[in-house]
Amino acid sequence: MAKQVYIIADNIYSPLGATTAQNFDRLKHGTSAVKIHTDKRLSDMPVAAAVFAPDDFPQGEYTKFEQLLIASIEDALKNTAVDPRNPRTGLVISSTKGNISLIENHPYDSALKKRVDLGASAALIAQRFGFTSQPIVICNACVSGVMAILTAARMIESGRFENVVVAGADVVSKFVVSGFQSFQALSSEVCKPFDKDRNGLNLGEGAATVILSESEQYKGRIRVSGGGITNDANHISGPSRTGQELADAIASALKTAGVQASEIDMVSVHGTATPYNDEMEANALTLAGLQHSRVTGIKGYYGHTLGAAGLIEAVISLKCMEDSLVLPTLGFTNAGTKPLQVTTKLEEVKINHCLKTASGFGGCNAAMILSK
Amino acid sequence: MAGRISITASCSISQSRVSKNGEALFTLPAAGIDETLLAMYQQLGINYPKFYKMDNLSKLGFLAAEVLLKDNFQHDEYQPEEVGLLLMNASSSLDADLKYWESAQDIASPKLFVYTLPNIVIGEICIRNNFKGEHAFYISPQFDVELLLQQAGYLFDNSILNACICGWVELIGQEYQAVLYLLERNEAGMPFNEITLNKIYRSV
Repeated sequence: MAKQVYIIADNIYSPLGATTAQNFDRLKHGTSAVKIHTDKRLSDMPVAAAVFAPDDFPQGEYTKFEQLLIASIEDALKNTAVDPRNPRTGLVISSTKGNISLIENHPYDSALKKRVDLGASAALIAQRFGFTSQPIVICNACVSGVMAILTAARMIESGRFENVVVAGADVVSKFVVSGFQSFQALSSEVCKPFDKDRNGLNLGEGAATVILSESEQYKGRIRVSGGGITNDANHISGPSRTGQELADAIASALKTAGVQASEIDMVSVHGTATPYNDEMEANALTLAGLQHSRVTGIKGYYGHTLGAAGLIEAVISLKCMEDSLVLPTLGFTNAGTKPLQVTTKLEEVKINHCLKTASGFGGCNAAMILSK
Repeated sequence: MAGRISITASCSISQSRVSKNGEALFTLPAAGIDETLLAMYQQLGINYPKFYKMDNLSKLGFLAAEVLLKDNFQHDEYQPEEVGLLLMNASSSLDADLKYWESAQDIASPKLFVYTLPNIVIGEICIRNNFKGEHAFYISPQFDVELLLQQAGYLFDNSILNACICGWVELIGQEYQAVLYLLERNEAGMPFNEITLNKIYRSV
């Protein structure tokens, strides 16, 4: 990228903690937020998911989804000089299902529609912090979070904004749980990314934020150095058999970052722990020449947080880079895909370049490079 | 590939009327949304069995893309990864969400659940045309011309795309509106700017 785009602040607001530091500390201690729940509001059957306590977000002016975004953005903004009121400050929001749980208990009418629309939530968040630029909402399945960061970085690069607040959130609801159950995609225990016994994903909820800036006063911080997005053009719910299109997205990301595959010190994978996703991703990483890079997946700690996943995983990657640490891939024991260097222990490693990948329904793939 | 970004074709579908490049192709008698989408499919003489399993938002976007590309787009001039899509709407996949949730009270269906994401319409158009390039689905209360100009501009300026389908695909219940633009590097097409995009959008 012609202009440097720095990540100048971040937050993860999850069942593991309210700040990035709290979250990273829990991960270093191997703590998973995934538990078996028997809450009938989520599912009639027990479900293994990473969720907040049921009464953590009493409904007031803002829904739980919006409260998560607000808490995350507030913490990220706290220690920066970024002014949301400046028209050169952007807001990008990522979510797959936003306030969809409202339709579970309310009859559909125009008032409900106005409340469910993601645009309504975005307007409330923008107003809460005083953003004057039009918020941008990205709703592109499980790549939404990575796509949101890339979109924001490109808007800085093309001169539209100086700073952009990028926030993503999703909530585990009966709507979402029932859908993944219908696909028989859920594991009944903590998921096992890339393991030979992996049998499905866990759903999770939470929010995360990164604040991007072009300002050279942040020189030395981690940069968003490249990215790429592709479509499989193959199937709307099954990933590519070959992984070629994710490999193509990785190749574009490496090219824009000006980085060779051999320079990638760590890959933060999508790693949902469904049989098909992880197989496809292993194929793609091999095609992209990354079979010798350290590969780490953190869905075992957070579950799959959908529209927040790309952001949560990017923030954790950033912490790994800052602290020169690689986390173990919780749930992984025995290789169950093409051979990759899947991490199994906490390790001190200098990380100059990190690749973050994501794939989702609709055949979408995204890849992003973070660089020191 | 160099050259100015132009609008080389446009298509709109609303109120039972299908238009291409500003001229009405046909108008159907007023009917329910399911009948209307099927009648449009038949009127256009398309043979694509996957159409029948799509949700209404995907059907609408698929039909609009078919009209947009017919006779105006040379597939063999582009590599699959050079063609992308930037779509937006206000209601996301709420139409499919409501139908899924109603059915889930009985038995949750994966066939309905998969359409509870708005970007599935992009996936359907990509599958039909073997498009593999950059894409995104945005949610916006109104047609956001500025966002399209920026995003498409970036993708062309950085030689990431050489053709792009962009626009508005909105559907909830019986209400629907699709306005799609085909962007290519072409000195002869209409200028890719706010005035032209808005003019085409408002002429619906």
